Formats: sequence, C-alpha cells, structure tokens
Amino acid sequence: MRPVHIAGFAQLPHGLVDNRHDEGGMVRAVTAAALQEAGLGRDDVGFTCSGSSDYIMGRPFSFVMALDGIGAWPPIRESHVEMDGAWALYEAWVRLQHGDVDVALVYCFGKSSLGDVEAIYALQNDPYTIAPLGLDPMTAAALQARQLIARGLLTEREIAETVVNARRNGQSNAEVPAIETRSVEQLLAQPLVRDPLRAHDAARFTDGAAAIVLTVGGGGPRIAGIDHRIDSMNLGVRDLTLCNSARIAAERAGAHNIDAAELYVPYASQEKLLCAAMGLDPGVQINPSGGTLVAETPMVAGLVRIGEAARLIRSGAKRTLAHATAGPCLQQNLVCVLEEAP
Amino acid sequence: MSGPCAVIGIGQTHYAAKRDDVSMPGLIREAVLRAREDARLGFEDIDCVVLGKAPDMFEGVPNPELFLADALGAVGKPIFRVHTAGSVGGSTACVAAHLVQAGIHRRVLAVAWEKQSESNAMWALSHKVPFQPPTIAGAGGYFAPIIRAYMARTKAPEHIGWKVAVKDRQNALLNPYAHLQIPDISLEKVQQSPLLWDPVRYLDTCPSSDGACAVVLSSDADGCENPAWVRATAMRSEAMLFAGRDEVNPLAGRQCAQEVYQKAGIQASELDVAEIYVPFSWYEPMWLENLGLFECGWRAVDEGHTLLGGRLPINPSGGVLSSNPIGASGMIRFAEAALQVRGMAGAHQVEGAKLALGHAYGGGSQFFAMWVVGSTPG
Repeated sequence: MRPVHIAGFAQLPHGLVDNRHDEGGMVRAVTAAALQEAGLGRDDVGFTCSGSSDYIMGRPFSFVMALDGIGAWPPIRESHVEMDGAWALYEAWVRLQHGDVDVALVYCFGKSSLGDVEAIYALQNDPYTIAPLGLDPMTAAALQARQLIARGLLTEREIAETVVNARRNGQSNAEVPAIETRSVEQLLAQPLVRDPLRAHDAARFTDGAAAIVLTVGGGGPRIAGIDHRIDSMNLGVRDLTLCNSARIAAERAGAHNIDAAELYVPYASQEKLLCAAMGLDPGVQINPSGGTLVAETPMVAGLVRIGEAARLIRSGAKRTLAHATAGPCLQQNLVCVLEEAP
Repeated sequence: MSGPCAVIGIGQTHYAAKRDDVSMPGLIREAVLRAREDARLGFEDIDCVVLGKAPDMFEGVPNPELFLADALGAVGKPIFRVHTAGSVGGSTACVAAHLVQAGIHRRVLAVAWEKQSESNAMWALSHKVPFQPPTIAGAGGYFAPIIRAYMARTKAPEHIGWKVAVKDRQNALLNPYAHLQIPDISLEKVQQSPLLWDPVRYLDTCPSSDGACAVVLSSDADGCENPAWVRATAMRSEAMLFAGRDEVNPLAGRQCAQEVYQKAGIQASELDVAEIYVPFSWYEPMWLENLGLFECGWRAVDEGHTLLGGRLPINPSGGVLSSNPIGASGMIRFAEAALQVRGMAGAHQVEGAKLALGHAYGGGSQFFAMWVVGSTPG
C-alpha cells in the first residue's frame, strides 16, 4: 500500500442553523481552508471525491451545485458517494493506491436544519415492511439499549455518563455550538422520550461542511488502516447487543494500541457497545472533541471524526482511531486508524 | 499500483416501464443472480459490493443500499454507494474496478439499478422553488437547446436524429432485454411522433424504465474462458454553470475520452464497437465528435457508419433510447461493451469485436465515466 497522509483538514464552524451558505458556498470555504492547511493549490489535486445526501439537502443532485463551489474548471477527476464523507475519503484512499495520482481532495456537506433528519432516516427502512410502521432511528436505538440493559451490558447511569463526558469535552471545541454541562443526576431527572432514552441522549444535529486533503508521502498523520463493513438492516436477524460490522472493520483497520478515539455515536447508549465491538481498552480517551452528541452534521460527522483523530496525532497522540456509521442501530461502520508519520 | 481487472460475470434484467412483478430487492436479485451464474460464483466468493443509482427520490427511499444489504449478499462485507447523476452506472463500474486494480479486493460485485415506476422521474429531475425557478421541464427541456446549438453549429439536417432513433430501435429488436420493441419503426413514424421539446420528438426520446444491471469483476480470469479485460477507466467532471462553457462539446468529455484511450494504449480508431449514453437521438452525433470517434458526427450517422455492420457500430443493444433505468443505464453501456468483446452479445453481436468502449454521462453534460474493455489483457 502507498502511504497516505492527512495533509489538511478543515470544517466550517458547525451551527445549529446555517443560513449564510448554500452548498457551493459551504464547499468553497471549507475546501479552500483544507488546501491552505496542506500548503497546496487546487491545481495540485489529482482526484476529488465528495459525500452528501439529496434527502438531507431536500433536492435531487445537490452535489452538482456543490461542484460549482469548488470551481471544477478545467475539468477534474471526480466522484461522489451518497454517504458520509468518511466513505468519500475511503474511495479517495483507494484511488491514491493506483500510482498515477498523489493528492486527493475530499469534502462533504449537510444541513440538518432544512428538514426533519429523524423522519428522513426513518424512510431508510425497508419500504415494504418496516418504513410504513414509522420506526425512527431513536426508537430502534431504544430497542437496542433495552436489550443491552436486559443483558447487564449497560445501565441508564452509564448512558448519562456518556452524555456528561461528551458535553464536558465539547466545552473546549470552538467549532461546535455552545452546549451546557450537566450532571448525571440532572440528566437522569429528565423525562424519557423512548424508554430508556432521553432527548439529550440523541446526537445534536447541526449544519456544516468538512474537507480533508490526502497526500501520498509527505508529512502529517498517516492512515495506518481503513475498512468498512455492513450488517443486515433487519433488526430481527441481528443480535443488537453486538456490532459485527464495527468489529470486523476495527480488526481489519488494526484497532490496537489506540491512545484516543473519535467515534460517531448517534445515541449515547451506543458508545459503550461500539467500544466493546472495536476492542478499545478502558484507558482509551473517547471523543475529546465532544463528538456527535455535541454536534452531528449529517453526511459530515464521520469525516470530521477522521479530521479530529488526525488533530490528536498532531498534538502528540501516537495512534488514534476514527469511526463513522450509517443506518439504524449502527448498521454500517467505517474504521480508520491513524498514526504518526514515521 | 494498478493491477489487472477482468469482467467475469454480467447480468441484466428485462427492462420495462413497470416491473410490477418484483420488489426493488427482487429486481436487483434478478441481475445479480444472472451475473453470479455467468461468473460461476456464490455470494460467499464476493469480497465487496458497489451499488450505484441516480437520486434516491426516484424511489422514495434514502440510502437504499442499507435495506438492500441482505439482497445483495453484502452482510459482513463492505458496501459502497455511488451517485454521480446519469453517469452513475458507469462511475459505479469504475469505482468497483478501482478496488480490484488497487489490490484491495479480489472480487467485487458492481450493481446499478433504478425502479422509476416507484415515482415520477420528471418531478424528481426538476428542481423546485425556492432553489431554482421552475423553468426546466425535466431533462428534455434542458438538453433540447443544446441540440439546437449543435444543429446550428454543424448545419446538421433535421433527419439525422430520426435516423439514430430508427437504428437504435431496430437494434433493440435483436436484444431480448430491451424495453422498447417497435417492429414497425421507420423514419416516417419518428417524424410524425409528437414534438416534445423542439427538435426532440417523442420517438427521439428514451423511455422511463425499471431495471438493474450487475457485473462481477475479478483480479484475474478466475476460471472464465472469455473474460472482458478492463484496459482502462476514466472519470471527469466539470462545473455546470459558467459563461462560455461549451455544453455541445464539453471539455470534460473530450479529456475523459483522451485519458481512457491513452491509459488503454489505443487510438480511438482501433475500437470495434461502442456503447454510448444517448438519451435523445441527437446525442449520438454529438458524442461521436466529443469522443473523437468521427470528425463529423452527423455525416457518420447519415452515411450509415454507426449501423450494426457499419464501420463503427454504436449501441447495437438498442442503447438508452430503447431501455433507460436511469441509474443503471451507464452500467448497461459498460456491460454491453464487455459482452461484445466476450462474444456473448447474441443477435446484436458485432462480429470479431476485440476492443469496445463503454460511455456514460450525467448532470448538465458535465459528469463523464468511461471504460475500454478488450478480449485480451493488452
């Protein structure tokens, strides 16, 4: 494998509502910042790949307008995934293995404020059997949490502690909207929304964009391993107290000797399960940025995890892990392990 | 490093306006099972799945790869979802080939599909206020002025489009999978069909189809006696909206073609057959020029060079004009190109075809994906 490094990372400050930028505006700002950090120009980029969702943006072909934002002229080698930007990074990493291209630009954007994200995700379900029932992802996550609690693998107190930690870590992240710290007792006093989950157990949706510049060779955190896997969507055939896809992806990406991890946690009840599935030791620092419980921009939060894990390497960590997910009950998972450049 | 990649399995569904007999997973399985059978492999032999389709609003299911993971045999494996507008079927095959060429996986299943009867493509293709003024009447309304510009630029006579429309529908009669089967197709019939978007008439236009296409790619011949070797892939995109952009002969298409020929180590003139993305009849002469296949596209059509049996047969399968499940249409071009060099195209086989081009485009003539396949690794 050719050594691929994260040479630049930028995110737009994630806001609860971003009324200032359209797709093109978001993408132009964030890609320019990432290229600047990498010390590269647009002409240096040999492959571009982006991630977004038409449903999140409320219209078909939303990525087409975004392409105008990066000024794709003269024409560029380019592709797009209808997925989180973390998977766009995976495609770019594959393309860099070919040998004819040495710099790739990855970007993604999402605006949760344009619609009801939970309602959109509920439409991802099997349209013949499950979607008509209106099973939203929080309800599915609550069923999963119930099973974890019933098997003695999780307590309501642990769910609350996850939220406490995320909000505490989020205080020092200038790129997410302010969020108040809370004690476990204060959280547990809140009403249940989907038993055993409370409103604050869900990731907080934001608007934003992110970009990463990948280079073959050069400096910056190096991708030590990357893999992604999917489980069945059919909740009835899965053991929801396990997460096989995350386990396989972590094994194949080399998730050992990890100092810190940035995990895409849609619901606080899923963090402990994810850590167990990926074999992360109790000493691993989880979500120093505050993670998705503080700011989840749809189609962006996964790439942001990779960017944040790269920042941790730049600030002294030896080996970090980034994780992205999609689908109900952590159905699809991507794991990217980063390490210091040798 | 870029290693070899072979197409060892191909599967298509029968294309139709409404495939009410199958669900979405059922439609996809039809293509996937045929590709698997052709490749003589089981689901357990596949390492990764790449899925492509056009906007999710066509079926009303966001990120359908999630619920289709079971039907695609992808559980426990990587599944990847590509969306690059109309070119997506081609891009999906390119992305799958990249995985094999980069040595990430040995065998990759690439699938592209659309079940357009689940919704109204015209609606989904037309941006709604407040994003854009509602002036674009679907794809035809967008492309008709560009066709007019081509006619003005090249002085092409009006009957050229009709000739392409007749040729592709005649070819479709040789393809049992093709959606439109019009045995009495004729120039008069096309000419007398209703004018939709001047100069595009009803029979100059592609249908709206349900359908799926699947290919199995492998890093070696894998027991297949007649694989199609992927000699090169290329993808190019350009911005949609800026003054001075040549939409008739887009630079991204020209560059993409040059890159794919150069990487394959061939001249355009060496191609034996091409399956190109022609959703409106006039796009055949336009792309012939864009792809560097003929200097004057409309004369090549007029002189019969693109007929089955002509100097360079174009779309012997009947093309997009005969079957158009949008998200799959690009992959069908790629798969038909592979069928030709495998000698498996049946009644629409180009005799002795050894090198073939698969081409797809999308968006406002701005996204391009191509591959060149050959009967030998090159």
